[in-house]
Amino acid sequence: MKRKTKAKVILQKKLQEGIYDLRLGTDLARDAHAGQFIGIYTSDRSKLLPRPISICEYDRDEGMLRLVYRVTGPGTGTEEISHLTPGDEVYIIGILGNGYDTRMIADNFSHPVIMGGGIGIPPMLGLAKELDEAYQGRAQITSILGYRDSDLFLDKFFRDVSKVYIATEDGSVGTKGNVLDVMRDSASAQGEGRIECDVILACGPMPMLRAIAAYAREKGIKAYVSLEERMACGIGACLGCITRTHDIDSHTHVHNARICTDGPVFDADDLVL
Amino acid sequence: MNTQVTIAGVDFKNPVTVGSGTFGSGMEYSDFVDLARLGAVTTKGVAPVPWEGNPTPRVCEVYSGMLNAIGLQNPGIDVFCERDIPFLKQFDTRIIVNVCGKTEEEYEAVVERLADEPVDMLEINVSCPNVKEGAIAFGQNAQALEHITSRIKAKAKQPVIMKLSPNVTDITEMARAAEAAGADAISLINTITGMKIDIERRTFALANKTGGLSGPAIRPVAVRMVYQCAQTVKIPIIGMGGIASAEDALEFILAGATMVAVGAMNFVDPETTVRVIDGIEAYMRAHNVADINELIGAVR
Repeated sequence: MKRKTKAKVILQKKLQEGIYDLRLGTDLARDAHAGQFIGIYTSDRSKLLPRPISICEYDRDEGMLRLVYRVTGPGTGTEEISHLTPGDEVYIIGILGNGYDTRMIADNFSHPVIMGGGIGIPPMLGLAKELDEAYQGRAQITSILGYRDSDLFLDKFFRDVSKVYIATEDGSVGTKGNVLDVMRDSASAQGEGRIECDVILACGPMPMLRAIAAYAREKGIKAYVSLEERMACGIGACLGCITRTHDIDSHTHVHNARICTDGPVFDADDLVL
Repeated sequence: MNTQVTIAGVDFKNPVTVGSGTFGSGMEYSDFVDLARLGAVTTKGVAPVPWEGNPTPRVCEVYSGMLNAIGLQNPGIDVFCERDIPFLKQFDTRIIVNVCGKTEEEYEAVVERLADEPVDMLEINVSCPNVKEGAIAFGQNAQALEHITSRIKAKAKQPVIMKLSPNVTDITEMARAAEAAGADAISLINTITGMKIDIERRTFALANKTGGLSGPAIRPVAVRMVYQCAQTVKIPIIGMGGIASAEDALEFILAGATMVAVGAMNFVDPETTVRVIDGIEAYMRAHNVADINELIGAVR
């Protein structure tokens, strides 16, 4: 059940300029799944709404949630969160949203390819680990991570559970371009260099997700994407964070799924992206 | 200690409800609060047919508040009657249904459809700033407000609350118009029209360009308007606008509100309503107030 509760900061470190790694101690971790998120409150009372931040990974036994997030600017809520230090207490609300159904994925697909772009990379780490558990070695998990430049983050954690390919916009590491350029490059490769793919699991900026949905349609494969939108309540009441869907939605019976509760993970075929 | 209040013959166990649109039909909040604790649940506005609402982004945060331009997305009255009313009837609380429409006929259609439903009061939304037709058009002109109020009163089986817009020069003129046309109560304030610019993208923060400002930022405006209306009309007032605590709620009650509604703060802390109810009771104990009704309008 969703709850508002107090969590304790276990650790916080800066991964690179503007990107922070926060570990929170909370029993909410017991309910966490890859692709879900929590809301974190700030103590600045001029800022009201909880900041929705995706769960990077979790340890159910230890009661730990790991969040890797970007500070969105000076004076923002995320900047305040970046100043939390071990021992600090912070209010959170969660666990929010529906994550990836990794059992279904493991039962139905043999060549999962994870794609993360920028600050869409963190939630895919928890997914890579959950898939690793779900497949039990029955499949090669591939992760394609897209960065702006050579300031990589989290990539080494992905290497523990998946075969990692890197794309950078400036070409300083890996393939020059985006995550789909890695796929296109591999199509002409033989043997080892070729990426087998029958399902894409993606999180990143909307143009990237749109391109992935189009690519998956063109190749006749499934894609599950994790969306982001401005939200207020995070629990499905305010109807602020909707996304257009082909079918009518369960709440309003129009074509507006709520990203916070019906998502944030969707079958790309269901969305009007 | 008595916390019961009465509006148009309807008794409420305590004076706390929720602002329409900030609580759905209660379902999403039932994980966090016992809905039976509330004096009433006021539902999100419902129209004759489903409304899709506005494009995103629909919400953004501003200093001590938020802007929204949801655009009254709702499932229409049929789904509402089949799903939401039976859900709410499981709880020992009153039901106030917020009604919206694009034309007077649409409002009437919803009101007539609700005639035989087990709901306690109707709140007529003539003050939403985020839809192009209807809504606020009826709430910014005293003649139009009087006209629609009369028409709805002629059809309604339940007592009628007219929800007023603060986006007017003189709110008391609107309160008088509603009272003259037979409204059983008024509720105020709806959101104040606002705008936020995203300076990085050099565009509007909301797809709708403008949105309704809510949250603690608007509270002093709301308290002032409730006070002015309380000095002007005899019908009961449901006061709202940025209530975050019992202290805030008590300001509205002392200014003349018989009931209060927690609005945007439900999005911030889903347990706000219960904290407000507990806090009002604590205030009454601490100040030896035997009956909440002693406090209503006590500040003149």
